[in-house]
Amino acid sequence: MIAHAIFFYVFSIIAVISAIMVTVSKNTVHSVFFLILDFISISCLFIMIGAEFLGMIMLIVYVGAVAVLFLFVVMMLNVAQQKNQWLSSKESSRHIPIGLVISVLIFFELIIVIGGWKYKPDLFKSNDEKIISEISNTHSLGQILYTDYIHIFQISGMILLIAMIGAIVLTFRQREGVKTQSYIKQISRERSEGVEVLDIPSNRGVKIDD
Amino acid sequence: MIEIGLGHYLTLGAVIFTIGIIGIFLNRKNIIVILMSIELILLAVNINLVSFSIYLDDLSGQVFTLFILTVAAAEAAIGLAIIVVYYRNAGTIRVEEIDKLKG
Repeated sequence: MIAHAIFFYVFSIIAVISAIMVTVSKNTVHSVFFLILDFISISCLFIMIGAEFLGMIMLIVYVGAVAVLFLFVVMMLNVAQQKNQWLSSKESSRHIPIGLVISVLIFFELIIVIGGWKYKPDLFKSNDEKIISEISNTHSLGQILYTDYIHIFQISGMILLIAMIGAIVLTFRQREGVKTQSYIKQISRERSEGVEVLDIPSNRGVKIDD
Repeated sequence: MIEIGLGHYLTLGAVIFTIGIIGIFLNRKNIIVILMSIELILLAVNINLVSFSIYLDDLSGQVFTLFILTVAAAEAAIGLAIIVVYYRNAGTIRVEEIDKLKG
């Protein structure tokens, strides 16, 4: 139990510090790296409390895909060296106090909700999705994901498909003057326009024009 | 303090959520950092769902975390595509220079 506490505090302190660094760091590339660190420590927390499948999926999806996507966009757009000015510039600092006040208010509301939260255990026992310790986390998630939640699962697949099509359509650009292969021209050539059969007289040869 | 319970995880979620909110409010740099703050907020929601799921002994929370992961990935892809298109058209993605809508 003491090891649990130590690991929880280590991972959560790393997560909070790296979340702060995502917000305040001057370089956007550093922000992306701290975002990766944040995701890794949170997925360590997930693995620690027994949600192994979600921890691994977080690593794959966020660190492997989303963070690399962010890095690619930062690299393509050449914005990495733009200075972070929200602490220094004068004309745009009017909104900082009100933003801080609203953020602190939201934080205290959340803390009040957490501190005053009680639940009656009898009220929540209406489900069949108990966590069974004999089978693994992945197994039990699969057992309810493909049965009870199959429609939502397929709808989330549709959401991913729509996102893919949307991203391609948004960033697709027709360029002028780029030489590309024209498949329809290639496969619609016929023998009559490609090959010519000649009768060649002997000892004379053929004169090839141009 | 030593006994880690549900409240610890919920507090961690609240702290990360608030940091994400602050990142959205106070950002002056570019929109990519705002997108990263949105990812932080979704991460805080995921922490809440997973810890409730473990401590209430109910697997539905983890299933919903999977769906939130899906939506977050789709949102990041679409948002970054919009940012790329805007940068191509306007040449900047600084927050204070994006004022076409005069909001």
